[in-house]
Amino acid sequence: MSYEVVIGLEVHLQLKTRTKAFCGCSTEFGAEPNSQVCPVCLGFPGSLPVFNLTALDYGIKVALALNCTIQEHTKFDRKNYFYPDLPKAYQISQYDLPLSKNGHIDVELKQGPKRVGITRVHMEEDAGKLIHQDDYSCVDYNRTGIPLLEIVSEPDIRSPEEAYQYLVTLKSIIAYLDVSDCDMEKGSLRCDANISLRPAGQIELGTKTELKNLNSFKAVKDALNFEIMRQTQALDGGVKILQETRLWDEKVQQTISMRTKEGAQDYRYFPEPDLPEIKITQEKINEVKSSLPELPHEKMLRFTKEYGLSVYDAGILVYSKADASYAEECMKAYFSKDKKAVANWFNGALLSEANARNSSLSGLKVAAANLIELIGYVDREEISNLTAKVVLTEMIDTKKTAGTIIKEKSLIQISDTGALDKIARQIIEENPKSVADFKTGKNNALMFLVGQVMRKSGGKANPKVVQEVLKGRLTNA
Amino acid sequence: MSIDKKTVEYMAHLARINLGDKELEKLSTQLDSILDFIDTLKKVSIEGVPPTSHALPINNVLREDSLAASLPAEKTFSNAPSRKNNFFTVPKVIE
Ligand SMILES: [Zn+2]
Repeated sequence: MSYEVVIGLEVHLQLKTRTKAFCGCSTEFGAEPNSQVCPVCLGFPGSLPVFNLTALDYGIKVALALNCTIQEHTKFDRKNYFYPDLPKAYQISQYDLPLSKNGHIDVELKQGPKRVGITRVHMEEDAGKLIHQDDYSCVDYNRTGIPLLEIVSEPDIRSPEEAYQYLVTLKSIIAYLDVSDCDMEKGSLRCDANISLRPAGQIELGTKTELKNLNSFKAVKDALNFEIMRQTQALDGGVKILQETRLWDEKVQQTISMRTKEGAQDYRYFPEPDLPEIKITQEKINEVKSSLPELPHEKMLRFTKEYGLSVYDAGILVYSKADASYAEECMKAYFSKDKKAVANWFNGALLSEANARNSSLSGLKVAAANLIELIGYVDREEISNLTAKVVLTEMIDTKKTAGTIIKEKSLIQISDTGALDKIARQIIEENPKSVADFKTGKNNALMFLVGQVMRKSGGKANPKVVQEVLKGRLTNA
Repeated sequence: MSIDKKTVEYMAHLARINLGDKELEKLSTQLDSILDFIDTLKKVSIEGVPPTSHALPINNVLREDSLAASLPAEKTFSNAPSRKNNFFTVPKVIE
C-alpha cells in the first residue's frame, strides 16, 4: 500500500547568554564538571530563581523571526519528573501560556518553496549531563539551567528530505539572529522527530513514534528513512505501530525501542510559584522587531530581484550571513549588470576552495576587489576558466593579486590567430587519423585536436579561437 | 470528587514515596476531605475575575545577564551522598 509520511520536529536550542536562565552561573562550554553551579541551579532549598532578561529578548527575537505571535502574558510552569540530571526533580518550562505560537518558515525545496508551520516556541531550562560508567553514573550540573528554546513544528513535513531542509533553514535563520551557537556537536542545537504513516488519502493521523538521539541533521534524515521503511513493513504486514520513543543507533543505522516502563509520562505541570508572570508589551515587541536583521529568506528574494540571480543560486549565497554580505560586496563591485558570473564563482570555484580548506567563503579572505579583478580576466578572455581556478588557489595561498600572479607566471591566454594557426597546422600534420575522422563527420575528432593544441600551448591557448582556427583549416583543406 | 486508594498509590509512585497499606487507606480518606474542601471554592462566583496563575500582582521580575559567583567545590559537594572527583555519582539509570 502507499502511505503518506507525516513528520513533526522538535528543536531544542541553547541560547548564547553569558549566564544561566535563573542564576548568575556561567554558561561557558567545557569547564571543570560542577564548577558552574550554585544553590539556584542545584535546587538547594530556599533558593529563588530570577529570569535572565537577555534570554527573554533572545526568545522574542527567535519567535518573531519564525513569524510567531508573541503572547501578551506568559508564565513558567514546573514539569515534574525524577531523573538524576534534574536536581530539583522538576524542569522549569512553559505549558499552557508559552512565549509564542502560530508561526511558520518558508523552506526552499527542489520542487519549490514550502511553508512549514511552527506550533510554538517556548522557554525552558536545560538539564545536566550524565556520563554512564560500568556500574554507576556521573552527573555534571554545569549545563543545568542554561536557557533553552523549544521550537515545535506542525506535522507539515512530508519526507526526510523536507525535514533536512527545514532544519537547514531554521539553523540559518537562528544563526542570522546570533542568539545561539547552533552547534549540534556541543549540544547547543538538538532535534527530536515525530513520525507517522497513514494510507494515502486518509485524513486521520496514524500512530506516531518519537525518534531521539539524533546527533546531526544527517542522522535525522537517516533515522526518518529507516523509520519509514520499518513502519511501512509493519503496516503492510498488519502489525500495529506502538506509540513509543525510539533511539537512533548510528552504528547499526536503526531505530531501537526504548521500552519505557508502564504508561505515559505524567508530568503534573503546575505554575511555577517562584517566578512571577511576564507581560510583553506591544512596544517591546516592536522594539525587538525593529532590531531584527534582514533574514535569509528576505535576503534571498532581494538577491533574485536586485541581482537577477536564480532562487537556487541566491539560496546558497544567503545561507550564512557573513558569506552573503561578502557575496553582495562582490556583486556590487562587479562591472557587469548581470551578476550571475559572480554567483557562479561563489557556488563553484570559491565553494570548493572553502570546502577543501574547511573554511567559510568569507573566511578565504579574498578581498572583493581582488576576486572581481580575477573574474575580469576571464570575462575579457585573457585567461581561461581553468587557469582562473589555479590563480584563485594561488591568491588564497600567497595573498597576491590576480594581476600579479598572471604576470609572474605569464598566464595570459594566446588569442592571436596567427600564433595559434602555426600550432594548429603542426597538430593537423601529426594526427592524420583524427583529421580523416573529422571529415567523416566525427565531432569527437575535433575536440581531440583542440585538446592537442591546448596541450602544446601549455594550456594558454584560447580554446574558442583554437576551435575556429582548426575548423577553418580542416574544412578548407 | 472522591479519591480512591489506587489514585493515591499512583501519586505516591510519581512522588517516589513508599506507603504501606494502612497509610494508603488513611491518606485516601484525608485527601478526599481536602478535595471536598477545595470543591467548596468552586461555589464562589468568579464572574468578572480575570484568571491568574500567580499569587502576587507583580510581573517582569528579571535580572541582567551578568555573572555571579558559583559555588566552590567543597560547598557544592558538602551534602552529596556520593561523589567521584568533581562529579556527583548516582546509581546507573538509563532511560
Ligand atoms: Zn547557578
